[in-house]
Amino acid sequence: MARILFFGKLADLAGGRQRELQLSDEIRSVGQLIDQIASDDELLGAALRQKSVRYIINEQIEPGDVISDKDEIAFLPPVSGG
Amino acid sequence: MIRVGKDKLDPGKELSAFEKNAGDAGAIVSFLGRVRGDKGAKAVTALYLEHYPGVTEHSIAEIEAEARERWAIDEPLIIHRIGHLSPGEPIVLVCVSARHRRDAFEAADFLMDFLKTKALFWKKEIGPDSETWIEPRDQDYKDAARWDDNGKDS
Repeated sequence: MARILFFGKLADLAGGRQRELQLSDEIRSVGQLIDQIASDDELLGAALRQKSVRYIINEQIEPGDVISDKDEIAFLPPVSGG
Repeated sequence: MIRVGKDKLDPGKELSAFEKNAGDAGAIVSFLGRVRGDKGAKAVTALYLEHYPGVTEHSIAEIEAEARERWAIDEPLIIHRIGHLSPGEPIVLVCVSARHRRDAFEAADFLMDFLKTKALFWKKEIGPDSETWIEPRDQDYKDAARWDDNGKDS
């Protein structure tokens, strides 16, 4: 199972901060993951595809694009601290 | 030292402890950010902040290391709160000590610009009848871009 994390407005859209997802064998990239999410939830899929949304795989700040069923993938909308 | 959490923040106590540990530094600059009670005409009754545990702290540590490369400063204190905060409450405290004041001023300015635009925090403004996730203002991005040319803003 892959663990998908949503932050900020994406968590509101997803209806929660965390989701366990069984990734089918064909899913090997973040883009394909978003396609799978979008097939269930078009609105969330569109939000994840926005240019301003970044992702982090297994807590690596500068991840590649390749994912597997054991990964943690976090989707990050624009940040706002301070 | 980097602390991210829900604990109440007592700026006086933190600054006092920081000063006691500042050795022979000739200058200490501190910045305290507080929750504003309005956004233009709209009332803000509370802020809600979340972070990515572990990853947020790590990203702040990286920028702290960059600040220490760019300026002759000691280890700064960076405290950022998360959770629900009310107007007037402290939200962020940055303390920087250095031998000379210019390094401390600039490094604190740099660290705050980073915390506003790049650190992994998400902030929601809660009003009487609406909630809005907020993003940095154009001015925040412009402030952060001042440091991009890799030269000191001196």
